[in-house]
Amino acid sequence: MKIDRRSFLAFGIGGAAGTMVSPLPWKLMDDFSIWTQNWPWTPRPKRGEVTHADTICTLCPGGCGISVKRVGERAVKIEGMADHPVNNGGVCLFSQAGLQFLYGETMRVTAPLIRAGKRGEGQWRPISWESALDTLQQKLTELRASDQAHTVAAITGDSRGTRPALLKRFLTAYGSPNFFFTPTMADCQELTVYLMQGTDAHMGYDFAHSDFILSFGSGVLDGWGSPVRMFQAHGAWRDRQAFITQIEPRLSSSAAHADKWIAAAPGAEGILAMGICWVLVNEKMIDQAFISRRTQGFDAWNQRVLSAYTPARVSAATGLPESELVELARRFGQARHPVAICGRGQGRGPDSVFDFAAVHALNALVGAVNRKGGVWNVPMPDYAPWPDAVIDNFALAGLERPACGADDATGLPQLHRLPGALEADNDKCPVQLLMVAGANPRYTLANNALANKALSRIPFVVSFSSFMDETAQQADLILPDHAFLERFEDVPAATGMNLPCIGLARPVVAPQFNTANTADVIIELANRLGGTVAQSFPWQDYVDCLEQTLADKWPDLIEKGYWVDKRARPGRAAAKFSFFNDVLATAWQAGPAEAPAEQQGRRYPLTLIPYDSMRIASGAIAAPPFAVKVIADNVLKHNDSFIEINPETAHKLGFSEGDYARVNTPAGSAEARVHLFDGIMPGLIAMPRGLGHTAFDKYIAGKGVNVNTLLNPAPDPVSGFDAAWGIPAGLVKA
Amino acid sequence: MKHKGKKKFGMVINLDKCTGCGTCMVACMSENNVPFKEDESDKLLSITWMRVYKLTNDEPFPHIEECFLPRPCMQCDGKHEGHPPCVSVCPAVATDYGFETGIVSQINTRCFGCRYCMAACPYHARYFNWWDPVWPKGMEKSLNPSVSVRTRGVVEKCSFCYHRYQKAMEKAYSDGRRDIAEDEYQTACTQACPAGAITFGDLNNPDHAVYKLKKHPHAFRLLERLQTNPKVYYLSSREWVRNKADNSIAGQSAATAGHHSS
Repeated sequence: MKIDRRSFLAFGIGGAAGTMVSPLPWKLMDDFSIWTQNWPWTPRPKRGEVTHADTICTLCPGGCGISVKRVGERAVKIEGMADHPVNNGGVCLFSQAGLQFLYGETMRVTAPLIRAGKRGEGQWRPISWESALDTLQQKLTELRASDQAHTVAAITGDSRGTRPALLKRFLTAYGSPNFFFTPTMADCQELTVYLMQGTDAHMGYDFAHSDFILSFGSGVLDGWGSPVRMFQAHGAWRDRQAFITQIEPRLSSSAAHADKWIAAAPGAEGILAMGICWVLVNEKMIDQAFISRRTQGFDAWNQRVLSAYTPARVSAATGLPESELVELARRFGQARHPVAICGRGQGRGPDSVFDFAAVHALNALVGAVNRKGGVWNVPMPDYAPWPDAVIDNFALAGLERPACGADDATGLPQLHRLPGALEADNDKCPVQLLMVAGANPRYTLANNALANKALSRIPFVVSFSSFMDETAQQADLILPDHAFLERFEDVPAATGMNLPCIGLARPVVAPQFNTANTADVIIELANRLGGTVAQSFPWQDYVDCLEQTLADKWPDLIEKGYWVDKRARPGRAAAKFSFFNDVLATAWQAGPAEAPAEQQGRRYPLTLIPYDSMRIASGAIAAPPFAVKVIADNVLKHNDSFIEINPETAHKLGFSEGDYARVNTPAGSAEARVHLFDGIMPGLIAMPRGLGHTAFDKYIAGKGVNVNTLLNPAPDPVSGFDAAWGIPAGLVKA
Repeated sequence: MKHKGKKKFGMVINLDKCTGCGTCMVACMSENNVPFKEDESDKLLSITWMRVYKLTNDEPFPHIEECFLPRPCMQCDGKHEGHPPCVSVCPAVATDYGFETGIVSQINTRCFGCRYCMAACPYHARYFNWWDPVWPKGMEKSLNPSVSVRTRGVVEKCSFCYHRYQKAMEKAYSDGRRDIAEDEYQTACTQACPAGAITFGDLNNPDHAVYKLKKHPHAFRLLERLQTNPKVYYLSSREWVRNKADNSIAGQSAATAGHHSS
């Protein structure tokens, strides 16, 4: 057959048309799209038996119960533990993202490491646990033998639970007074209860029955206290139509969801509380029965302290009209179950004792202390006491030395004073060896540049971090802790919980890397040192220690993960409430931390306040990738973070949205972009806590500014804690 | 079960309770193996099946108010049931309307990445994988085997955790039941929300909480004038929030805009 042009075309077109009618091209297209998705690098998660394991989340002081879903050996999802007394099935975004902390190999320290290059170069040599412990033991033995026990220091995260207690005990038995912890709102609350009620107890809030909540800057929806418990309390307040008043100079989530937002000058929250007390007393809206029967020192306080907080003076200090102050006081006084709370933002840091005492006095005036819907004294967890640490002559000599960075008022070592002490005088603060566990001072300390410089003076730094954080990065030896979900740990109380409740975090997956529970390492180290140090640690290992400490509660804890005393009668032990005594006199006289106007001048015409956001991890641990993903693009854009500024202030200074600016404070300087925000008081600028990490991995490092580089500590005269809430600042074009 | 007809799963989100914490977003990512990159601050490229928007009333200090609005896939019915904007334009039947559940599916392996559906979706609920997802070393261990991992070149979106529906139905059948109870099938975001702002269930079933809630006087849906018939309802006691839901271009009222588009 002859193929001419015509039949060739006919065949071609016919063939093409025929193919199109057939399923072939569609099938090929489908196959092709499937085939192009079969890449060897696309993970195919393995299947397996699905199980759930309950434990306690230790990522924040909230103490939530969590249920971890496992497929085979792998943990694949974290959910809230149903019926847990703290969070009743709820979770927050960090525990949802928690598996990234566990499995993120690029963030974790996977084996004991000894520094190989220069400090901070990132050159490490993995070593065995045996030789890592040998190294540390040798250093500790040498220092102790040469009467240098007091030159060893330790820094932990918060002060609660057996893990920090073991490290403190180690230092005591070893012979050093230099134990530092990172104080939080909970420490201020306990101090306030001790000063005003003469008892050792936590502050617990019966939010389920409050109908008027007056928050002095507490971020009830920004992560304050036990975050999930607060979210649930807020939902219940909405359903019950409780009235929420938020006092804060910036429209936080808490302010945006309050029934009334009152923007008072920053730092004046305690003064405002005193102003409300003044109105209540002068309008006789106080609980007379409670005050006469259950309190003391009221008259002295009223005459000597409160009389100065007249509406006119409070109005001047807070910027609120007198009428608004009076109206607020009346609403508070008339409510059936009012409660006032304080502790700025998330309360992960302390505030001044004056603020806490003022708010606690306010609660007492309306009788909201140890009453339905009010604030309660929750007894400290009933742990079996440990025998006293055995002290030999070496230890005694060391313990008699003055503590490094000791506070004048309390005589106790204060973490925020450590850098200054190290810099000032090496004879008084001759730290030779520093152990850091559960803390990240190189990131969290205010006046961060100085703190880093000072910490670099210490010849040998041991980090017990699970993660390659800022402090671990600059250490000489890292003895990595198990991550959360891998380790045992007691959680003695959830912040703000109104019932005694102990949680026990239990391992739900096998350790992923060559790590060890720091508590076990401390016990092992003590045993290796021998003598009285070893005698002070009579436990086989940490689990043995926990079992003996938790005693009769252990079976419950091992089975359910938590122990709660529902029949507890919190507040029974409290003595009379004191409005006034010798120690309180100091607090009343001192007033709130630093007066903003005094330091302001032409160079620093603005005030910088740090703010907490539920979406940003602000403490020792940085946010994992999922959490970084939910940060808004007007908080963090690429590697730039934003400074919030009122449009009016921005206009005066000549800034438009997104402009680059340099923020200067007495502590430091940094570059960021401006975000014009109508929710912030004119004259203020705000920056989030928790950005600007330089360590961990590329998913968090180098993003934004660490606000701690711009802040200065402000020591409280009573507690000695750093009670800073802001700093004078200037903003110029970058 | 008393309820006989077809199911129509939907959600009612109480914006008075939503605190904007972002837990729903992370719960969704963790449940559905949503990938992440080194820089997620370009929100047009950031895959978030559930995304929480922040609304303000545009007033100056101190009269400014804020509201957070979580946005999953709206699982639109379309003007007539079964015609959501995205399904109508998909040339590959990679997204389809499930008449049994009212859920709009997304079959990743069928998708060849034309992105017509993204253009059609008025809610920005669909996201394209411009890059192959990369899990940092070790993190692939946390992947959920019930949801397939996507690759570069496909579109993805919220499925109302359809795999959870499948699991619940499988369990019901193996127990000899033909149907599931309300609490047996809940999406990951609903379960996780610490504020209790999200309620999920069958909008057709009078026994389910959403059935009543959707009729609340404060209930509204987003861009109702487009007649997409979303199955996600919102509640807000604030009028300015409800007005924002049908936001129009300046000078064009919601009512007339709706007239033009129909």
